[in-house]
Amino acid sequence: MSRRIIFYAYLVCLMLPLYWLINLSFKANVEISTTMTLWPAVPTLSNYAVIFTAPEWFDGFRFSLTYVALNTIISISVALPAAYAFSRYSFLGDKHLFFWLLTNRMAPAAVFALPYFNLYSSIGLFDTVWAVALAHCIFNVPLAVWILEGFMSGVPREIDETARIDGYSFPRFFIKIFIPLIASGIGVAAFFCFMFSWVELLLARTLTNSKAISSIMTRTVSASGIDWGLLAAAGVLTLIPGALVIWFVRNHIAKGFALGRV
Amino acid sequence: MIKSVDNRAWFLVLPVFALVAFNAIVPLMTVVNYSFQDSFGNNQFFWNGLGWYQELLDPSSELGGRFFAALGRSAAFSLGILAIEVPLGILVALCMPRDGAQLAIGLVIMALPLLVPWNVVGTIWLLYTRPDIGLFGWLINAVGIDFNATKNAAQAWFVLIAMDVWHWTSLVALLCFAGLKSIPDAYYQAARIDGASRLAIFRYIELPKLGRVLMIGVLLRFMDSFMIYTEPFVVTGGGPGNSTTVLSIDLVKIALGQFDLGKAAAMSIVYTLIVLTVCWVFYTVLVTRDSQTVERPEVPS
Repeated sequence: MSRRIIFYAYLVCLMLPLYWLINLSFKANVEISTTMTLWPAVPTLSNYAVIFTAPEWFDGFRFSLTYVALNTIISISVALPAAYAFSRYSFLGDKHLFFWLLTNRMAPAAVFALPYFNLYSSIGLFDTVWAVALAHCIFNVPLAVWILEGFMSGVPREIDETARIDGYSFPRFFIKIFIPLIASGIGVAAFFCFMFSWVELLLARTLTNSKAISSIMTRTVSASGIDWGLLAAAGVLTLIPGALVIWFVRNHIAKGFALGRV
Repeated sequence: MIKSVDNRAWFLVLPVFALVAFNAIVPLMTVVNYSFQDSFGNNQFFWNGLGWYQELLDPSSELGGRFFAALGRSAAFSLGILAIEVPLGILVALCMPRDGAQLAIGLVIMALPLLVPWNVVGTIWLLYTRPDIGLFGWLINAVGIDFNATKNAAQAWFVLIAMDVWHWTSLVALLCFAGLKSIPDAYYQAARIDGASRLAIFRYIELPKLGRVLMIGVLLRFMDSFMIYTEPFVVTGGGPGNSTTVLSIDLVKIALGQFDLGKAAAMSIVYTLIVLTVCWVFYTVLVTRDSQTVERPEVPS
């Protein structure tokens, strides 16, 4: 029984800061700065109204979600064949290559911010969704390869050989037989790619001219101080895509972690 | 699994190699290039050889002193959060219900902090801990302790560590939970027959099974905490003073604030090398462990 208490205490601790954010988002700034109330005394939607009536907020969300989606698609589609190669073959330099890929997951984004700006400006992609989508590949592709390789190693080799004997060509085998077998692995990898691309700020801000939602949020800071209510409302809205993704994979979270490279 | 030798596999890896190399090698070479030069603005660069590196690694110089101080703070931060998150993550994983609706709701709540954008994590904790408008800061002040993270360095550190624990303990817990689920019931039955205590079950059955996932958890948490930038930047901005200026924040200050590209680049290289060395050690341990396990467990790992 005490186990349940610890578990629920942990969940409450997780929820409190989130609750406070939601609470503040429904308060007017006057109420925020003058009184301390556990729930909004005068609930207001004015903070949300500001966001929904200003096109740059909407564009910011659309821009961010576009590069996240693009990044997830690119990462998974290049990682699939590579993960297959790592799980099935040993080839010249495979272990070094694998570690080199992982090192990129480890490289601090702060190190790359300025060179990325130079690089993507020089190829004319600065301030486009492609710049951010491609830049985020540096940490998502290695991660996707790592996760998918774990799932693929769980599929017996005999399946590959049987398919070959049955006359399947490699691309047909890969798409028709192999991919359905590791569908849950692709789901897990996509979940992680989405997650890390959505939460990243530094590169997204460096590579765009205040288009990503994270940089638009800095607009709540003005000469007259910070607009707390607006900041909280924007924060709540950025939680929604993540919450939706979790809701869709809720039955697979535990399974996903268990079946992956865990 | 026995792998067959086939160098044609390189063709399958080629897209990944090209994409990552484009993103990694060109910018890395730019950084290396800057690190040997000095700039006085106007895009004019002068050869500086190893000058920046000598200054950086000499604790008595201005740059070196600053670097080692920031390095110390980053190391302290990483060790601090690992010392809390790993035991807490194991504890939470042990306390989680095995199945049912409670588990489903618990998993959704636990996964939520992981998908909050990092700047919003900072915002949430800023709003939560401010003494004037935050629930937490207000409560602490209400019980008579003067709490203001923007003025007191120790309290700023407390907020940063609490924030990271809030943000990432779930990851460790979820990994451990997956590890625990892969233990067959037969092990527990055998332990019950032997009359093993709860502690003995944890020590001899659960902990060994957790070894691998914990390794992954520690590796991921070390990498991400050592290069943390956004969250402390939003919450404390590196202050009060320089007390929470970790490496990434200092690096961005030098590179984009002062535009000292040479210094920042040399610092980047040393910084990256440190991260790589630590991760290489972890990775080697992980791979060695894997090759020692002759048989794959029931759940492919």
